[in-house]
Amino acid sequence: MAQRTTIVVQSGDMDKLYSALIIANGSLAMGMEASLFFTFWGLERLKKGGLEKGPLSKMHLLGLGKWMVKQRMKQAKVVDLEKLLTDFKELGGKIIACEMTMEIMGIKREDLRQDLIDEYGAVGTYIQHARDSAITLFI
Amino acid sequence: MAEIKVDVRGQTCPVPLVEVRKAIRKAAPGDIIEVIGTHPASKKEIPMAVEALKLELLSVEGSDTDWVIRIRR
Repeated sequence: MAQRTTIVVQSGDMDKLYSALIIANGSLAMGMEASLFFTFWGLERLKKGGLEKGPLSKMHLLGLGKWMVKQRMKQAKVVDLEKLLTDFKELGGKIIACEMTMEIMGIKREDLRQDLIDEYGAVGTYIQHARDSAITLFI
Repeated sequence: MAEIKVDVRGQTCPVPLVEVRKAIRKAAPGDIIEVIGTHPASKKEIPMAVEALKLELLSVEGSDTDWVIRIRR
């Protein structure tokens, strides 16, 4: 069995979502398996139309900071989050949505992009993925 | 045996690695994958991925900002 990377995506911040997806895609590209656990603010990004809505974790400046960083990213030809997510799924990455977050935040399955989600689960599902993982991160 | 070209010139992290992985998944055993790119870190990291995937690295040529890597699936 291939080695696995498991990442808890707890933050909904744009820059942190980039970190999570880049590490996840890098893992898949280098022959590992990868699971992303979306919980709390991270799960908001899996809502329909929510992917690019995250603020910058620092210097958001009411959106000005985010806009500036986005401009710089465009110049550096960094791809958008949608492309990273599409690649993640194409290379066999798994996405798990936290059911407790859904309950707390009143998120229904139909509010989420169900086409991307492989599983709805709780901490036990996370542990089952993480216990055999070579890399585990909380972002 | 097919030869597959992957052009990732101008692309940055993690796209060159990801596109190479996609091409490898689609290739048949024995196929050759030729990657052309300009991202310096990927010139080092694609060979690392090739090793991790236990494939054959045929050649790495060019400068850090203009390179060609050949891989056999």
